[in-house]
Amino acid sequence: MYGFLIAVGVVLLLSIVWMVYRIQTLVSVVKGSDKKIASGSNKVNAFLFLVFLVAVGGLMFWYSIKEFDNYQLPIASEHGVVTDRLFWITMAVTGVIFIITHILLFIFPYKYQYREDRKASFYPENNKLEVIWTTVPALVLTVLVITGWMAWSDITAPAPENAHVVELMGYQFAWDIRYPGQDKVLGDNDYRLTTAINPMGIDFTDQKSVDDFPSPKVVIPKGEPVLFKIRARDVLHSVFAPHMRLKMDAVPGMPTRFWFVPNKTTAEMRAELKNPDFNYEIACTEICGRGHNSMRRVIEVVEPAEYQKWLTEQKTFLQMNPALADGIEVEVKEVAEIQ
Amino acid sequence: MATASVATHDTAHDHHDHEHHDNFVTKYIFSTDHKMIGKQFLITGIFWALIGGLLSVLFRLQLGFPDMNLEWLRPLLGGWITETGQLDQTFYLALVTMHGTIMVFFVLTAGLSGTFSNFLIPLQIGARDMASGFMNMLSYWFFFVSSVIMFISLFIKTGPAGGGWVVYPPLSALEQAIPGSGLGMTLWLVAMTFFIASSLLGGINYITTVINLRTKGMSFSRLPLTIWAFFLTAVIGLLSFPVLFAAALLLVFDRSFGTSFYLSDIYIGGEALPNTGGSPVLYQHLFWFLGHPEVYIVLLPALGITSEVIATNSRKPIFGYKAMIISMLGITILSFIVWAHHMFVSGMNPFLGSIFMFLTLIIAIPSAVKVFNYLTTLWRGNLIFTPAMLFSIGLVSFFISGGLTGIFLGNSAIDIQLHDTYFVVAHFHLVMGSASFFGLVAGVYHWFPKMFGRMMDARLGYVHFWLTFVGVYMVFFPMHYIGIAGFPRRYYSWTGFEFSNMYTDLNMFVSVAAIITFAAQFIFLFNFFYSMYRGRKASSNPWRSTTLEWTTPIVPGHGNWPGEIPTVYRWPYDYSKPGAEEDFIPQTVPLSATPESNLPHEQEQVKTEMEIIKDESEALIANEAKES
Repeated sequence: MYGFLIAVGVVLLLSIVWMVYRIQTLVSVVKGSDKKIASGSNKVNAFLFLVFLVAVGGLMFWYSIKEFDNYQLPIASEHGVVTDRLFWITMAVTGVIFIITHILLFIFPYKYQYREDRKASFYPENNKLEVIWTTVPALVLTVLVITGWMAWSDITAPAPENAHVVELMGYQFAWDIRYPGQDKVLGDNDYRLTTAINPMGIDFTDQKSVDDFPSPKVVIPKGEPVLFKIRARDVLHSVFAPHMRLKMDAVPGMPTRFWFVPNKTTAEMRAELKNPDFNYEIACTEICGRGHNSMRRVIEVVEPAEYQKWLTEQKTFLQMNPALADGIEVEVKEVAEIQ
Repeated sequence: MATASVATHDTAHDHHDHEHHDNFVTKYIFSTDHKMIGKQFLITGIFWALIGGLLSVLFRLQLGFPDMNLEWLRPLLGGWITETGQLDQTFYLALVTMHGTIMVFFVLTAGLSGTFSNFLIPLQIGARDMASGFMNMLSYWFFFVSSVIMFISLFIKTGPAGGGWVVYPPLSALEQAIPGSGLGMTLWLVAMTFFIASSLLGGINYITTVINLRTKGMSFSRLPLTIWAFFLTAVIGLLSFPVLFAAALLLVFDRSFGTSFYLSDIYIGGEALPNTGGSPVLYQHLFWFLGHPEVYIVLLPALGITSEVIATNSRKPIFGYKAMIISMLGITILSFIVWAHHMFVSGMNPFLGSIFMFLTLIIAIPSAVKVFNYLTTLWRGNLIFTPAMLFSIGLVSFFISGGLTGIFLGNSAIDIQLHDTYFVVAHFHLVMGSASFFGLVAGVYHWFPKMFGRMMDARLGYVHFWLTFVGVYMVFFPMHYIGIAGFPRRYYSWTGFEFSNMYTDLNMFVSVAAIITFAAQFIFLFNFFYSMYRGRKASSNPWRSTTLEWTTPIVPGHGNWPGEIPTVYRWPYDYSKPGAEEDFIPQTVPLSATPESNLPHEQEQVKTEMEIIKDESEALIANEAKES
């Protein structure tokens, strides 16, 4: 019944629109305004550009200011401070250009709307102007490029020797996390060794794997360099830690990396945001299939002392599941059991 | 049919001596007439735009109203609505993928370039038709086949391709990874192959026609900017589409013949695959080698159309004609060496990232020059707001807003955070999607009288413009905030994360705006089809424009001009020339006929022009004597 009523309503509405349209067409024919070069609508359109400039411009400023704390994510890494500063510098530069060009773009239509008694200026070229507005953007962009390039070089430079290594492996649809253990070196892995109990395909015949341990969350110390070693097991994924301003694809067959220095512990950030439930998170930003939006892991940033303590409390893969050592040479097995 | 032979001016003479009759099939279906082919591309493009728009409305419903019961869509979507009345997650990804594919390739490449390059090139350069009418026909029919295949893929059981419009392997190569990578992806690849063939056939034709078939006096320095844009677009397409084909072909090998171009070290579905040594990043390089120039393939024609429309309706010459051409040339060349800015965090060598950051930000310079030139063209003009003019001004606005955010994304350090977030979505939907779409619509409003001999209703055009213009900003501007907040793209839902578990209100607002904007397009559709049959009859030069197409009969027949093709004596932007009586002088008016308005350097050319005219008329008389 409702459907029928809605349909009748729509038909009525459409027929009213249709009649209004026909009537105004006929009126314009009678008035002869359809023969004029520019009808009365010209003024309306010119005026609407001004209205648009003020209304939408105002809306934009109001919302940008009102929501600033909402969309501006707190920063939790040292390089994040740098890239965010670049972001806001670029915002200032482009914002000025945006505002000036839009004021001109919408004021000109109002100011220079058609008048029969006026003729447009014949102004086909001015080389001086062209040179100015080629070189000025070029100079501005040079500054932006060079600052961006310096930041980029620092961020992508090789990680310091003492960086704490954490391995992140993406798969459909989660991240697995591995720590290198006491020897601070990750053991070898081979995707062909992957099984249900060894999802990361770790090669336990490699001595370095013996002390490797898994973790359900990424725990890292504040103020010390951390190196994420990133890989994927099936399709492309991408590690995205928004508060760390960190993103790097996980590519099957090609390990990638990203190092950074977290500069606020989770506890500090909780206090700062007055949100006791706050957590740093990792998401996936490279489309990877059905569960793309559910690859969540928590990062916990702690004080270095606490981090060292946490490290000693973790159980290695082999301790958690001795079956992993099955079929491996006795020597390795013994080492594993001793630990 | 004698179309293919209408290549030179000499044969054009006898062409009109015999009448030829088209039947329905040769006139409307297997037509070799560039005007009909242009219209075929336009209608098909409009069809695809509706499909593409509809898909976006579907996924916007999910994003804006995640709790809504979508049971009412079951008649349309069937099993893609889950038992709880939600949109299926993989189908959501397929919707996003197909929306992108359709809009980028089928609407903004074929619908825009296909329509206007075909329709306008011969009319604006003074040619009887394209260099090869037959190839031109093939171009459309390859596109048609491609369309049919892509359309069928929407309805198959496993769903259409779902790995994003960039179809990165391994996701797109492995059926186990996502159902869309099965038959849906196969059809996607087949359809794209036909599409690429269509683009190449069209492109070769456009280039050949512009180089070879310009009428007398139509030097490159007298070409309207539309033609320059179409010409350069075709060059870009010709050089970059084959690379996409190569990428697709290798993907086909990986999918079907067990090669490992893109695959390595994969464990999926409980088994380790034998593939080793391939690189998914290789695909990304190949794809973006087309993918980035593709941005300019859709944008340049729109900019060309805008240049023409703004100059005409400002009653002013386009400011900096030469600078505009140089900018477009610059964009053309630079567009080939910036592709890896899509890959800053792909794991590619960071040093390459620095190089591509430099190159990318250079391309902002010609773009800036174009914007300033548009603004200066408006300055002290005498602006007439036809719907085409409104859409052109809208385009410039989008080009600025979307272009400026490109400066953020092109900066690799800033891109780390913004990559694959909604900031990117906002950026390219404004600068490439909406700007090109506005160019397309502006072109339709402007050249509709030439296409169908009737005018579109201007008032409906105004309503269409304002709803769409405001609508587009309401849809895409909020996405900047969402993007700065770090919301990732291609997410079915953001509630799984604390950082993105907000802005439900803003997403709802965006979805409502998207639906209204989509609905507003039906005003255009009505206007388009209604005016085609019932619109006011057009006069021969309704916008009082200078270019050649307005010297043809109101509805140009086969061969475009009855009798001789007009000769061109001046550049296409003699609007409001001081001294001239009217505020425009068509390109066909000799300089010698307008001594009152000639500039000093033009006055010098009058003498040579007189000599040429004299020589030609002598030759003509001699010819006629010979014939009789």
